[in-house]
Amino acid sequence: MMAEEKYTPQTWPADPEKQTLEGRNKFIGFWLFLGGETVLFASLFATYLALKNKGTHVTTNELFSLPLVFVMTMLLLTSSLTSVYAIYHMKNFHFKKMQFWFFITVLLGATFLALEIYEFYHYVHEFDFGFTSSAFSGAYYTLVGTHGAHVLFGLGWITALIIRNAKRGLSLYNAPKYYVASLYWHFIDVVWVFIFTVVYLLGKVG
Amino acid sequence: MSSIAEKRSVGAVLWEYLTTVDHKKIAHLYLFGGGFFFLLGGIEALLIRIQLLKPQFGFMSEETFNEMFTMHGTTMIFLAAMPLLFALMNAVVPLQIGARDVAFPFLNSLGFWLFFFGGVFLNLAWIFGDAPDAGWTSYASLSLFSEGHGIDYYTLGLQISGFGTLISGINFLVTIINMRAPGMTFMRMPMLTWTTFIASSLILFAFPPLTASIFFLMFDRLFTTNFFDVTAGGNTIIWEHFFWIFGHPEVYILILPSFGIFSEIISTFSRKRLFGYSSMVFATILIGFLGFMVWAHHMFTTGLGNVANAIFAVATMAIAVPTGIKIFNWLLTMWGGSIKITVPMLYALGFIPSFVIGGVTGVMQGIAPLDYQLHDTYFIVAHFHYVIVGGVVFALLAGAHFYWPKMFGTMLSERLGYITFVLFFIGFHLTFFIQHFLGLWGMPRRVATFLSGQGLDMGNFISSIGAFMMGIAIVIMLVNIVITTVKNQKVGNDPWEDGRTMEWALESPPVYYNFKQTPFVRGIDTYWIEKMEGNKGLTPAEPLDDIHMPNNTIMPVIISLGLFIAAFGMMYNPMNQVGDGKPWAIPVLIIGLCITFGTMLIRSIKDDHGYHIPKEELMNDKHKGGIAS
Ligand code: HEM
Ligand SMILES: [Cu+2]
Repeated sequence: MMAEEKYTPQTWPADPEKQTLEGRNKFIGFWLFLGGETVLFASLFATYLALKNKGTHVTTNELFSLPLVFVMTMLLLTSSLTSVYAIYHMKNFHFKKMQFWFFITVLLGATFLALEIYEFYHYVHEFDFGFTSSAFSGAYYTLVGTHGAHVLFGLGWITALIIRNAKRGLSLYNAPKYYVASLYWHFIDVVWVFIFTVVYLLGKVG
Repeated sequence: MSSIAEKRSVGAVLWEYLTTVDHKKIAHLYLFGGGFFFLLGGIEALLIRIQLLKPQFGFMSEETFNEMFTMHGTTMIFLAAMPLLFALMNAVVPLQIGARDVAFPFLNSLGFWLFFFGGVFLNLAWIFGDAPDAGWTSYASLSLFSEGHGIDYYTLGLQISGFGTLISGINFLVTIINMRAPGMTFMRMPMLTWTTFIASSLILFAFPPLTASIFFLMFDRLFTTNFFDVTAGGNTIIWEHFFWIFGHPEVYILILPSFGIFSEIISTFSRKRLFGYSSMVFATILIGFLGFMVWAHHMFTTGLGNVANAIFAVATMAIAVPTGIKIFNWLLTMWGGSIKITVPMLYALGFIPSFVIGGVTGVMQGIAPLDYQLHDTYFIVAHFHYVIVGGVVFALLAGAHFYWPKMFGTMLSERLGYITFVLFFIGFHLTFFIQHFLGLWGMPRRVATFLSGQGLDMGNFISSIGAFMMGIAIVIMLVNIVITTVKNQKVGNDPWEDGRTMEWALESPPVYYNFKQTPFVRGIDTYWIEKMEGNKGLTPAEPLDDIHMPNNTIMPVIISLGLFIAAFGMMYNPMNQVGDGKPWAIPVLIIGLCITFGTMLIRSIKDDHGYHIPKEELMNDKHKGGIAS
């Protein structure tokens, strides 16, 4: 099957992301990559737990405020949902709708990121809690910041896809690209769920 | 692109190699790159052995000695052994599974260039003053406050090359999962392919912890964070855990493909199917799995407590079981076979007893109470050299001789090969066998010298002599390579005459699209089956059709170069612990990252559909591409 071929909703195959060999390779390769990413984040979580509240003048209890983080969580969870909509429309060959929902995903993600930057700013200025303040602060910023960097990368990636393909519609060449980007976005979301639980909720309880 | 030696300018050849995405050419690159670092690491080893030739020899200062063994170990593991294995894997695995290339040719090239630039960055440490000096393990308690920028070369260099390794690992995994020819089921895959598959999954799960801990060390030294700084709540044991969660799987990343190479060689030259193929596969998987369960055997003396030590001791000893299965399978493959002695086979024969010795000392060290005696002595040095040299380096030398014709179309001289083998084998045992005893007699590892009159003189002297024999052996091998290349006598498809797997059905070296028609695989040892039925080539699985090929590209070089440049900015940033921050550092960091990410962006925006070789052209091509017609 030729990647460049033009399609109509009738001829568009059921799993567009897996129709070409390149697509199938991307699909499996990306799942494997996410496996590696999982181990990376597991390492960061382990370090965070080992260094939690170590050498610091301000503890998790005093630092975190759940309302803000809760809003961030909701934003990111919703953005995962909208990316599902986008992929749903991709499978049905609704290019415009797909682009729209990816655009909403990016908006939600950007809001999340803005709030995260505000959160960090707040910690530094209100609590004097900087990257280098203590072992705890370093571990915290590395874990949450690595996640934030992933969000930033994801935003850039999806935006590039939206712009690049705006004029030319769906094909079997770019369908796997969209699909893989959405996988990445879900992964970021799942990691955040763990951050919310392990860092923020347990930080308030422990 | 024809196989007739056309005259092409040096520039054109260079450009071809810089931009190639062909797995066979990338294999050459890995061979040259890895080979270069192997020689460098070898020279460092010889210098170490000169310093230890006699008691209180002032050949080099103690500082230099620390740098020397650190760079030796780091270079050998990350920049020599792994890339050289990648060379053979790249050259052979796609051919063994009947594929035209790897799954991601672009990433294949990127993986190489990241490794290469990372390696060069690490070694620039020699030129710019301070080399890393905290051992290849770089324990944070030592490395955190090591003076100068040595450790920063280590963290940044390994970070860059580590990304390359991770990418290559994923690439091999996808290639083996997705690109197998029709009929090539998992349980028909040749052992080298299987071991590549398992080693690649180890890479996937072992490198991220190393990446994380190297980031911590880098942040601590360059941005004054406190992951390992105990006075600010940090904890240096975190490094030890992460390093060994990576480090132990790493030794299996090295040894499993080596096992694969020997499995191919032993069954080829016993002219018999590999004995116990399914148990070999099972043992490989089990070793890969258990490899993640034993890291704390490197930390018995750290003080994790008796319960932890006991658990890890038992898990460690358990690995000896699947390893033993493999040893017996090799012996039983030879049993009753019609054995032909060639240079690769000699290495295989030398490998079995050598590796068994290394395995036995490994189990000894796995006994936690005994390890309190052995830890940080020359006994450990002897152990890991028996497994790494007796296992991995033997496999690399054997594999180089065995696959040389497939990679370059010429045969290395068997006569010079025997001389290399004999010198290397004797030199190896001379160097390292005595080190077991040096260790038991109390010589600690990583010391710059020793006193006379403590019974260590003779042992060290013998050890150094052995090292020089190995050095001479390698020089002879280089001479062999040069002579062979100059003579340039081309060989046919199956120069060892007993090839079993699909790569031997192809030209030496194969035409750039490998297979004209995708082959149909009818069982284990496909080519052997065809030969036994009197066929000259493989059975095609498809009619002749256009072949889709990827375009060459320079982007991988640029992406890697960007990180290389950024690393300098990182190192001299104004916050660095050494206190020699430069004003240009941050701009350089940003420029470097822009180059890298900008190129990645261009790559994803610019469509690259590759090109097709039309059917008509293939029909007139005199290359057979594996199919007898
Ligand atoms: C039966 C299999 C093996 C066992 C039971 C085993 C066991 C051990 C133990 C317990 C140690 C730690 C000793 C100490 O530092 O006190 C060790 C060190 C080491 N082993 Fe093995 N090993 C095995 C196979 C291998 C293989 C296949 C390789 C490499 C290809 C390898 C490479 C190393 C290295 C590099 C070290 C030293 C690390 C360092 O401290 O710098 N081992 N081994
Ligand atoms: Cu180990």
